[in-house]
Amino acid sequence: MSQTATAPAASTAAAQIPVTVLTGYLGSGKTTLLNRILSNTQGKRYAVIVNEFGEIGIDNDLIVESDEEIYEMNNGCVCCTVRGDLVRVVEGLMRRPGRFDAIVVETTGLADPAPVAQTFFMDEDVRAKTRLDAVVALVDAKHLPLRLKDSKEAEDQIAFADLVVLNKLDLVTPEELAKVEATIRAINPTARIHKTERSGVALESVLDQGAFDLKRVLEDDPHFLDADDHHHDHDHECGPDCNHDHHGHDHGHHHHHGEVSDIHDISVRSVSLRAGEMDPKKFFPWIEKITQIDGPNILRLKGIIAFKGDPDRYVLQGVHMIMEGDHQRPWKDGEAHESRLVFIGRELDEEKLRRTFDACRA
Amino acid sequence: MPTVAPLDLDGHCVAAGFLQDIPFFALADGTIHRLDNGHRQAQAHDGLLCAAFDGATRLLTGGEDGKVVATRAGGESETLGETPRKWIGAVASGPQGAIAWAAGRNATVRLADGTLKEFAHPRTAEGLAFAPKGLRLAVARYNGATLHFPNAQGKPTELEWGGAHTGVTFSPDGNFLVTAMQENALHGWKLADGKHMRMTGYPAKVKSLSWSAKGRWLASSGAPAAILWPFQGKDGPMGKAPLELGTRGDTMVTAVSCHPSDDIVAIGYADGMVLAARFTDSREVLLRRAGKGAVTTMNWDSGGQRLAFGGEEGQCGVIDISA
Repeated sequence: MSQTATAPAASTAAAQIPVTVLTGYLGSGKTTLLNRILSNTQGKRYAVIVNEFGEIGIDNDLIVESDEEIYEMNNGCVCCTVRGDLVRVVEGLMRRPGRFDAIVVETTGLADPAPVAQTFFMDEDVRAKTRLDAVVALVDAKHLPLRLKDSKEAEDQIAFADLVVLNKLDLVTPEELAKVEATIRAINPTARIHKTERSGVALESVLDQGAFDLKRVLEDDPHFLDADDHHHDHDHECGPDCNHDHHGHDHGHHHHHGEVSDIHDISVRSVSLRAGEMDPKKFFPWIEKITQIDGPNILRLKGIIAFKGDPDRYVLQGVHMIMEGDHQRPWKDGEAHESRLVFIGRELDEEKLRRTFDACRA
Repeated sequence: MPTVAPLDLDGHCVAAGFLQDIPFFALADGTIHRLDNGHRQAQAHDGLLCAAFDGATRLLTGGEDGKVVATRAGGESETLGETPRKWIGAVASGPQGAIAWAAGRNATVRLADGTLKEFAHPRTAEGLAFAPKGLRLAVARYNGATLHFPNAQGKPTELEWGGAHTGVTFSPDGNFLVTAMQENALHGWKLADGKHMRMTGYPAKVKSLSWSAKGRWLASSGAPAAILWPFQGKDGPMGKAPLELGTRGDTMVTAVSCHPSDDIVAIGYADGMVLAARFTDSREVLLRRAGKGAVTTMNWDSGGQRLAFGGEEGQCGVIDISA
């Protein structure tokens, strides 16, 4: 019975081909993970778009090599960029849709993930036929500290990720691991972290994530932003998975990574906001203004908003200036009508965000 | 009454048109179909990405297989170029038997005698067009267009305009160059003085362009109506409003093709409908009812009696307006 309400949405979604974006530095294990995806297809066929042929071969029938090409849009917005090569390749692939069930985009180690993600929202043709499923960042546990020192891209890739595959655990000590993990959390408190060796992460936790699907986004994250309970400083926040991923560690769920204090090579931080019910007449103009003005500095935003008098949860997510929001589902009985919003970005003015967010309360 | 002879194929039709009055249909799956005393087909590519009719003599196609193939009216074909592992993103035919293709950042011109001239660009060569006279190739690229003179030494002419330019066409008199952009707009240059022409206001990307007889109008898709920009004056459409023909409230124009001699444009829509509209009084005639899938390509035969069309779901056919 409830099926009837969801059927139209489900059929539209089925017509769109899911796209998984793999980011990460050369040597982080991207190609190994890609080959695992391709060899465990369970009948699924993939089209793979690569920007460079790495040292490991990719074993797939349908591989397209494309030169990374960033296009700025002529709308006066510096952060509104798309990947022209993806627009072309996806358009070409989608003219023969019978050949594959999903697309995997493997970016170069130096790729900026923002234009990749934005391509799937800004280009109307690409958007009509595909949907971005998730951005997956491969992180080499051993070499991440070094990468963060010498590149902005390594940080951006983590900041943009829905899933971080923390790879090569066999090469680090527990102390190094704890530091790397805390660093990832400091950059991106909302991403799920999967710790693994040799890219051995369970494929079902990488594929079909619906990370950009407003109906699903945040729904599986019961602890979304819970870490903010403690008001500890920004670079020590925990994410949705922190109670899953800390097995073997002696701290509980709401913990400080007090032992880690040397996170200084990162410029991305997050601001987590929470409040009670909001006034939509104040909230929407505010979020539009914030994303217009601070859009270039906002890498990702995610939130669940409780509007006064609205029986439904409102979810929103954004990439730079692009923002999407929709009603997700009714608030459950006994569920606190709470608004939670997290910004991940550079040079975010936490005090301003906090103050202006609070001013939107109902 | 117009009559429709449908040809239902399986797959996205990239180009439909005529070679020596024989209807040809090039599909994304790499097959080329022709209606020559019955339906015949040949496999030209493993994946066909682009196509251009070289007058009424050859159909040029480029594919995912890196090949550039010319197919003649009788169905015989030859491979004119090959770039292994690269997609051929655009093909164009020019005067004096010259052709060109684009693969990644390179555009290659092949002269009638088989000589190849390669032009590298800092960004992807997205669209190609030859000028109607002389030997001049325009390449649409990021932030403008580049004009090459394959038979002459010296630097190419760079035409700059911010944004990504994905397609390009010369006016039939050679005085104007018009590009289609990644954003919903056309951009034009008056070649004599480099003056810019901005043609904006489209709700969607412009994917189909067609010059009317004698180049008086440029018809375009990308709106609920066919948008025709006036090019009769020496400054092109600047300061003038375009004609809007075949306006429909519930769908978009996806393909246009101007009649070879009369002021009539065939208009294909996202729902498969095809109309013909007259410039002078906007009168419309229904040529094909709506069906499944958008019309992607249309071309008239040389006499202007028959229109070949193709769609994204493989719905192709020939409309005869002479009856």
